[in-house]
Amino acid sequence: MTGTTPTGAASNRLTLDGETVAFEEGESLFELARRHGDAVSSLCFDDRLEPLGACRLCAVEVEGQARPVASCTTLAHAGMVVRTRTADLERHRRILTDLIVSENPTGAAIDSLRGSASQELAQLAGRYEADGRRFGGARSGASRADDANPMILRDYDHCISCYRCVRICSEQQGDDAISVGGRGFRTRITTEFDGLLADSACTFCGQCVQTCPTGALADRRALEHAETPGELAATRSICPYCGVGCSLDILTKGERIVGVRPAPDGPANEGALCVKGQFAWEWVQHPDRLTNPLVRKDGELVEASWDEALDRAAEGFREVAAAHGREAVYAVASGRAPHESAYTIQKLVRVCFQTNQIDNCSRS
Amino acid sequence: MAGLAATLGRGAMSNPLADMEKPDVIFCIGTNMTETHPVAATRLKKAQARGATLIVADPRRIPLARRADLHLPLRVGTDVALLGAMAHVIEREGLVDETFLAERTEGWERLREHLRAFTPEWAEGICGVEAADIERAAIAYGRAERGAIYYTLGITEHICGVDNVQSLCNLMLMTGNVGRPGTGINPMRGQNNIQGAGDVGALPNHFPGFQPVTDPANQEKFERAWGVRVDLQKGMTKVRALERAGEKVFGMLICGENTVVSDPDAGHCRRALGSLEHLVVIDIFLTETAELADVVLPASAWGETDGVFTNTERRPQRVRAAVAPPGEARAEWWIVSQLAKRLGAGGFDYESAAQVFDELCSLSPTYHGLSWELVAEGRHQWPVPEAGHPGTPLLHIGEFPRGRGLFTTPEYRDPAEVTDEDYPVWLTTGRRLAHYHTRTMSGRSAGPEFLVPEEVVEVHPADVAAWGLTDGEPAILASRRGSVVVKVAADDTSPRGTVFSSFSFSEVPVNVLTGSGYDPITDTAELKVCPVRIEPA
Ligand code: SF4
Ligand code: SF4
Repeated sequence: MTGTTPTGAASNRLTLDGETVAFEEGESLFELARRHGDAVSSLCFDDRLEPLGACRLCAVEVEGQARPVASCTTLAHAGMVVRTRTADLERHRRILTDLIVSENPTGAAIDSLRGSASQELAQLAGRYEADGRRFGGARSGASRADDANPMILRDYDHCISCYRCVRICSEQQGDDAISVGGRGFRTRITTEFDGLLADSACTFCGQCVQTCPTGALADRRALEHAETPGELAATRSICPYCGVGCSLDILTKGERIVGVRPAPDGPANEGALCVKGQFAWEWVQHPDRLTNPLVRKDGELVEASWDEALDRAAEGFREVAAAHGREAVYAVASGRAPHESAYTIQKLVRVCFQTNQIDNCSRS
Repeated sequence: MAGLAATLGRGAMSNPLADMEKPDVIFCIGTNMTETHPVAATRLKKAQARGATLIVADPRRIPLARRADLHLPLRVGTDVALLGAMAHVIEREGLVDETFLAERTEGWERLREHLRAFTPEWAEGICGVEAADIERAAIAYGRAERGAIYYTLGITEHICGVDNVQSLCNLMLMTGNVGRPGTGINPMRGQNNIQGAGDVGALPNHFPGFQPVTDPANQEKFERAWGVRVDLQKGMTKVRALERAGEKVFGMLICGENTVVSDPDAGHCRRALGSLEHLVVIDIFLTETAELADVVLPASAWGETDGVFTNTERRPQRVRAAVAPPGEARAEWWIVSQLAKRLGAGGFDYESAAQVFDELCSLSPTYHGLSWELVAEGRHQWPVPEAGHPGTPLLHIGEFPRGRGLFTTPEYRDPAEVTDEDYPVWLTTGRRLAHYHTRTMSGRSAGPEFLVPEEVVEVHPADVAAWGLTDGEPAILASRRGSVVVKVAADDTSPRGTVFSSFSFSEVPVNVLTGSGYDPITDTAELKVCPVRIEPA
């Protein structure tokens, strides 16, 4: 137990590629190596999940061990001598990547709108110049064409059996909606009874989509904007639905909102969202949005300029106060709008009418 | 929130969300958390995976109840009886924390007397939960090293909402389950910024930062800031204001709320708004409420507006504009400021949301150490009393804001209306995972519409047969206030004799039925319980 040993003591140091480095209690070789460069990569690792050691990409050499070990499932120990950049390891990673890529559909471009982690395999393929073309491949998008839910595309031809989706659904979401079915070459991700997600325990939180490293699970709402022109940009914000206050990124192309992605470092959600936060954002730019002030004329609401509408609004309140007293004007602030909305409304009531005739919608 | 404010001095969630993974016993009551606060619920699932015991009290076998180690299926509206009996058992079994009682509470002797009558057997007769299960729940919570209570509207949306909350508070105080990680009393706020709307003073009794309007010192403080003397008299609650519409209240400004669909007794509500001389609505859609207005002002929406939301754990966080609002739509603070200026007010020359927020911080003791710049990081939980303060993730360490925690002695009362020959069925209302409030937002998104395309009333399969209903066919649901037609869904989530519906669909305005009564202290509507009649349409 080295938990109380101060940093710098020999008991929490090891040798990594010839350098002496300190590690933290309980840290895996993968995490340690990641802090010291980018030699080691993985396709089955997600910080929030128990390491699995399935993809073998993260293999490193440890002196005294006959064969390379999976660094994600090997804890750092004092005095270890670890190598991550040998020619043997690089060859191993190159062959492995080529093999994984070869099992995927050829030439299929994975739009980054598919999900947060969807570029991981593509990036690795780029790094090891793997194109898998030697092997030919399956057709993309046909594996579960029957599952027509508008949120999650199940494109299992890209599946590499890292099980991140199954693990996140179980370990993080706690829904256990999907599992690993079949064996060997027939291994596949499936729901109970092999059915549609909507008929399973799935709550459409989208966490499996966001952790998938190949885009095999993809955000269908966002993918509708694959052809929308413009550079993809992200703006950090907070979910507009419930009081949990999940942090997320609003994805945009120009002036178009094209998707939402959970913020891995959000204090309230730590990378999770639910179906509302993840998939229910299209209302923002819905054609039903009000785009002009309206005033009632001859019983009808008709479009007006800001000046006219604001004058009418103010005039009406002035008349009410004159006829019935200051208390006759009342305001209800929103529990959905930001602080600045509710703050200015309560200030308006208190400053313009000197009353406390103000409430918000929490009582209903 | 009034219930906790009176007993502890602070009406907010005591512990941070991260603490949901730490208790060894979790008591959830009146919360359909997997649907209303899904991401928070994942933390409870994790706590359970680590071995925590989950006790769920809810009339319905909601998903959380199905996961529970112990489900207490109480009859709707009988929480005070159940909770009183749990307190009775904790006392009887000697599980009270004597040291905590002596050091941090007052009123225990009175409560101890009061609890005598609350035997589990008596409670069983009222709430329908077996006495043995009440005992098991009480003993589990009473023995917990870290026991935590979570609740939402299932506790507060009753005529006895304050009594319910204070009954929970008694349980917490007598066992000393507060002021430590993984404990506490935790009301989960529903809407994204409902906590914030209170924080900033959109309340009839509080200036920003929960400073009472009845205190002359606060009147003076705000006179210095704003140059006007605000009445010392509290304002009306929204419920009263609607009730007095056309009598005492003649002009209303409603912002971002679809009152006509979301509020109880929708028929009354529509008449109330109709009797106003002047109604101004600020919103992003032409809602049913906006259609009644004299002036409708188009606001910028989420994704188009810079600002701050405060979540249920008292954490103010920045929201940011990613795109421009459509057409002439503008930020609400701008709209309201323009209106205030036209009403002759000074002090509304804001040029940005940042200026508004910084003014709030300067006037609110809970936000005093915050600023627009700091809030960008979202690392503080209020109170943040002064600059440099790290914030207060955990409330009630060592002392309560009011000093000692106060025991109260709530009595059990029947709901405002009880079932009878004409209205023999209990209707209880709630929310569905995929939808939010009146669906102005989620109803315009493909995902939720796919999952829950229409409203249904859930009826126990045995009742479907017994009442001559047909699964998937329409039925008439009637209360003393009105009736709606809604499709029947056979579902064993609710017990026999109780049916469930949500109020998300304006096509099925379930709130024309509800509104039988209000909590006398908070004016919160009894939305959770309403006797109805149900027959084939
Ligand atoms: S969307 Fe969520 S619940 Fe559904 S399978 Fe994926 S992780 Fe599981
Ligand atoms: S993503 Fe879901 S849980 Fe998170 S704030 Fe939004 S509605 Fe609440």
